[in-house]
Amino acid sequence: MAKIHVTTKINGEPIEFLCDPSETMLDALRNELGLTGSKEGCGSGDCGACSITLDDRLVCSCLMLAAEAEGKEINTIEGMAEGENLHPLQEKFLEEAALQCGICTPGMLVAAKALLDQNPNPTETEVRFWLAGNLCRCTGYDKIIRAVLDTAAEMREAAQ
Amino acid sequence: MTDTQYVAPQTLDEAVGAFAAGGDDARILAGGTDLLVQMEAGVVSPGVIVDVKQVAELTTIEETADSGFVVGAAVSGAALEEHPRFGEVWPGVLEGFNLIGSTQIQGRASLGGNLCNGSPAADSVPAMVAAGAVATIQGPDGQRELPVEDIPTGPGSTCLAPGEILVSLTFPPRPAGSSDAYLRMIPRTEMDIAVVGVGVSLTIEDGVCTAARVGVGAVAPTVLLVEDAAKALIGSKLDDAALDAAAGACSAACNPIDDKRGTVAYRTKVAGVLLKRTTEIAAERAQGA
Repeated sequence: MAKIHVTTKINGEPIEFLCDPSETMLDALRNELGLTGSKEGCGSGDCGACSITLDDRLVCSCLMLAAEAEGKEINTIEGMAEGENLHPLQEKFLEEAALQCGICTPGMLVAAKALLDQNPNPTETEVRFWLAGNLCRCTGYDKIIRAVLDTAAEMREAAQ
Repeated sequence: MTDTQYVAPQTLDEAVGAFAAGGDDARILAGGTDLLVQMEAGVVSPGVIVDVKQVAELTTIEETADSGFVVGAAVSGAALEEHPRFGEVWPGVLEGFNLIGSTQIQGRASLGGNLCNGSPAADSVPAMVAAGAVATIQGPDGQRELPVEDIPTGPGSTCLAPGEILVSLTFPPRPAGSSDAYLRMIPRTEMDIAVVGVGVSLTIEDGVCTAARVGVGAVAPTVLLVEDAAKALIGSKLDDAALDAAAGACSAACNPIDDKRGTVAYRTKVAGVLLKRTTEIAAERAQGA
C-alpha cells in the first residue's frame, strides 16, 4: 500500500514525512522522525507517556494517526527547551527530583506545560486532575505535583 | 505493511461516499480513542479509515435561534467544554462527556464516538438520553433523525445502516427553570468505567417538576430511557415519596450483568440511589437557572 505524504509543523519547524496509513503519530515521531522523547507506555491512551500537543490541544500521540498531522502544528518534548536553556518545568523537575526512572517524564512535562499555558495559577486539585492521565510508577506523584505548583508560582513571579 | 487506506474528505457527501464504498471494513475516525485502541489490539483491521474531522457539519457547535444546540458528532470534549454557552444550558451532558478519560482523551474523544462505540457504560449517553437529544444521520439514501436512545442496539453495536454516518446531535430548546445532571458510580475518583451512570434532565415551575427525562447506563445491554422514573418525578415537588418512587422505577428497569465492577444486586440498588442524588443536583441547578 502506498505511503502517505504528510506536510506538518513540528516544534515550530515545517516537516514533511512519509507514513503508513495506519501508523500512529507516536510511531512516526519515533521511527520516521527520530524524535524519541515521546514514549510508548501502554499504546492505548491510558498512561500519557506519549503526550504531545496537536494545535495546542493535549493528546496521546499513540491514539492519533500520523496522517492526521497534515496541516497541523505539533509540539513534542523535544521542543520544550530552548537550545541549552531548559524550560522552568524541566529545571524544577530536576531541582525537586520529580522523576526517577524517567519514562513518564516527557509526557508529564508536555502535559504540565499545556496546563500552565492555559492556567498559570492552578490549584493542587486542578493539577492532579489535569495529570490524571499521566501515570508514574516511581514517584508517588507528590514530587511531580509539587514541582508543577512551584514552577507555576515562580513563572507568575517572573512575569510580574 | 497493512493494506489500510486513510482518507480525510472535506464534505459530508464525500465522507458518506467513501464510507459506503469501503463496505464492512470501513471505519469512521473521529477522535480515534476507541478505534486506535481496537486497531492496536488487533480487534479491527480497517480497509478504509474515513477521518471525518475535515467535515464542517461534524466539527462545529451551533446554538440555534431558539437556544437549542447542534453539536457536531466529532467535536471533542475539550472543545465543547470551552464553548461559552453549552455548559450553562446542559451542565449534565457536559459533565458526563468530560468524565470520559483523561485530559489527553478529552482533547480528542467525541459525543458521536462515545455513542457509536455502543458501550452500555458510555458516560455521555445517559445524559444525552435524558436531554432528549436527537441524532442526525447521513447515509447513501439521505438523511434521517433518531432519538439517541434508539441508536445503540447492544454492546458494541448500533442501528446505523452500512454507509451511514452520525453527523450531529441536536439538543432541544430549554424552558426557564430547566437543568440536568449526570452522576456515575466508580470505585475510584477518576479514569474508570461506570458501574452505574444516571442522567436526569428536568424542568421546575413554582416548585413543581413539570418535565423530566431519565437515562441510565451500565445496567443493561444498552443505555436505558426510564420513562417510569420520569413519570414518578413529573407533577411532584420532588419530595421524598416522589424520589423513592422514581428510584424504585429506576432499579426496576435494571437488567445488569455481574462482573468484576459490580454485582447485579449492587448495580440495581445503586441505580436507585444515584437517581435520587442526580435529581437533587439537577433540581438545584434548575432552580438557580
